[in-house]
Amino acid sequence: MKNTKRIWIRSILCAAAMASLNGIAFGQGQPVKIGLLATLEGPFAAGGADGMRGAELAVKQRGGVVAGRKIEIIKASSDAKPDVAVNATRKLVEQDKVDIMVGPLSGGEGIAVKDYSKTQPQVTFINGGSGAQATTLVNTSSNFFRFNTEGAQWMVGLGKAAMDKGYKRTMIIAEDYAFPYSQVQGFMAEYCRLGGKVPVKAWVPLGGKDYSSVIATIPKDVDALLVILGGADAVNFLTQYENSGGDKPMMGGSITVSQDVLNYKGKRRDSLVGTISAGPLADSFDGADWKAFVADYQRNYPVSAGGYPSPSLFAFVYYVNMKAALDGLAAVNGDLSGGQAKYRDALQKMVLKTPTGDVRLDSNRQAIGTTFVTEVVKDSRGNLSTKVSRKVDNIDQTLGIKPEDFKMGSRDVPACP
Amino acid sequence: MTAAKWRRAMNTGVVSAVPRLLPSAGGSAAPTAAPAPDPYADSNAPRWLKFLWRNLSPRHVFTLAFVLLLPLIVSPFIIYQVASQALIFGLIALSLTFLAGYGGMVSLAQMSVAGMAGYALAVLGVSGTETSLGWPWGVVVPFALFIAVLCSTLIGWLSVRTDGIYTIMITLAIGVAFYYLVLQNYTVFNGFQGFQKVYPPQIYGVNLSDPVPFYFLCLFWAMAGYFLIQWLVRTPFGIALQGTRDNARRMSSLGYNVTAHRVAAYAVSGLLAGVGGVLLVWYNGLISPGSVGTGWLINLLVIAVLGGMKHPIGAFLGAIVFILLQTFAIDVIDRERFNLVIGGVFLSIVLFSPDGLLGLWAKLRMRFGPSQVITSTTRRHL
Repeated sequence: MKNTKRIWIRSILCAAAMASLNGIAFGQGQPVKIGLLATLEGPFAAGGADGMRGAELAVKQRGGVVAGRKIEIIKASSDAKPDVAVNATRKLVEQDKVDIMVGPLSGGEGIAVKDYSKTQPQVTFINGGSGAQATTLVNTSSNFFRFNTEGAQWMVGLGKAAMDKGYKRTMIIAEDYAFPYSQVQGFMAEYCRLGGKVPVKAWVPLGGKDYSSVIATIPKDVDALLVILGGADAVNFLTQYENSGGDKPMMGGSITVSQDVLNYKGKRRDSLVGTISAGPLADSFDGADWKAFVADYQRNYPVSAGGYPSPSLFAFVYYVNMKAALDGLAAVNGDLSGGQAKYRDALQKMVLKTPTGDVRLDSNRQAIGTTFVTEVVKDSRGNLSTKVSRKVDNIDQTLGIKPEDFKMGSRDVPACP
Repeated sequence: MTAAKWRRAMNTGVVSAVPRLLPSAGGSAAPTAAPAPDPYADSNAPRWLKFLWRNLSPRHVFTLAFVLLLPLIVSPFIIYQVASQALIFGLIALSLTFLAGYGGMVSLAQMSVAGMAGYALAVLGVSGTETSLGWPWGVVVPFALFIAVLCSTLIGWLSVRTDGIYTIMITLAIGVAFYYLVLQNYTVFNGFQGFQKVYPPQIYGVNLSDPVPFYFLCLFWAMAGYFLIQWLVRTPFGIALQGTRDNARRMSSLGYNVTAHRVAAYAVSGLLAGVGGVLLVWYNGLISPGSVGTGWLINLLVIAVLGGMKHPIGAFLGAIVFILLQTFAIDVIDRERFNLVIGGVFLSIVLFSPDGLLGLWAKLRMRFGPSQVITSTTRRHL
């Protein structure tokens, strides 16, 4: 029975491994455990790392202690796939036994984690960076909070800015998934109400390289293009549009007009001046709280240590959500007893001070906040940068439309050809 | 890899890595050993009981007791996220182990086949997306498995005429094509977002999505797959398949239809991968193109190689190690570097033992265990 011995040893080893893993989970002590999930792998790895910095900054500002309780951060990573995000969250919640969960980063992940949060009523979930509308609109979860505004809210104000510039007819070129749907809705809700027309919407695959077929379909009679593409895709589009001799003015989505686009070196570079866009933050905003936040970020994460020259969108939203988690904890004096009921109540009623202004929650635990409309300008040395042309406060998730009339954005909703 | 290389690899490797491929042959396996007398030959007990007596060793009983009692020992988290997930990926990797280890065909499309079953389940069954057809699960599951078998057979039919690296290339191309199909098709596969809320059914009031029932569901199908392969490789078909792996030309001249055997092997592996795919969708509650991306095609190969391809159990060992690493590596090392641990463990195992964990175990036994007669397991069948 030579095999007997082998299998005995194998099984014992296996059992020992399992048992030791189980031993990691110990009961709640004095510190508050907060799980932090962001994408450290995959397409948003850089954004995820900056999101972690933002969240850490919020903890650092409180010296790592809230109401006498030490804050213990346990991190996990995903790769922007919903199943991976749920696995990572499940580990933090069920294995590491966190009290509060902050994350995840991308839209599909957010919906999946929200669905999972329903099975874990003892933990309070606070969003990280995800911006899908459905997370707090459809099938909501009573223990999932979002203190950042989402994709549609980020575009409010752009419709009016477009009309002000005289763009009466606009063609939309956007990636084909939930986040751009929301962005398009945020733009069109206002634009169509003001009398603008969107005759064509072109949905292109994420990570596409060839835009020639889309460029060929741009009608002659549109005044402008609204381009909602992520970093590299936007540059690819711009290059090909220039090569094909296009000359329509551009508008950008919240993640389109980024540094890679502004650093674009093509011949049409100057035509980017005047490009309008909207988003939850603006590098050039001159509010005192924003400047303090940027300075704090730059001091803690200098470029030499891997930080960005100015905090990215993800650093900002993770900062806001982590700050909400800690402010709420301070408001109840660190009391998480009674199924965290008092804590959740405090979160719900809180008026959160963020670098861009006050944020409140609606009855679906979704943020009502501020959006900036920005315009690309050229400075004296010829560098392109953005300046804030308008600040819109108190934008709610239904964009001012009555909740019963509000339909979630999709490929065909809304429409005004 | 050519057939000749496979043959050499299978014969010169540490042979005891295959722990008794032929338990039913008892002591008669090694040509040098005299057949052990069968102590149960005269008994009147039913055949299955005699079979059990002959083949059951304490290790079987112990392993079975361990996997059955596991839910009592560890937390629901371990049961669900580690054990169930490892069983699912073990089952899908088993389909690759069967193809590669016994048929000599390394197919990278096994995850895609699992994904096809998963997508069939989501498209035809009930999900959170409006385009799903909403068929009852009792109809959808067999249909999903049928689709997996059909697609796997087609993939096999396309690729069996090639050898070695060309098989890998063709199956990789099919896998990537399937990924882009589901990513960019919106009318059927719902594109980037895939399908959410695909949950296992409730049967007799038992909610199969609870950790323990789901674990037993996975355990049942994993064991079914394991014993199916264990049985299959001892049948005339399985032995002929191993013959085609070792020397296709000789088998052909002996009158065997090599292509037919290989395509049939693909069909069997499609069934295993299909069952794994259905379980995987139920486990995640969703399916999206990310589940069938190139990353996972490769991960599956990593699992199979990590465990070792000389015995069906290798797939499950590999899956356990892989899932443990994936879940807990972030606790051991700096957050931005934890993929390094996964890669490092994989490299070191493959470097020190080309036969994966099974080979490592065999090496340790060679050095520290009792001396043993070395016999060629691959030759036993011929």
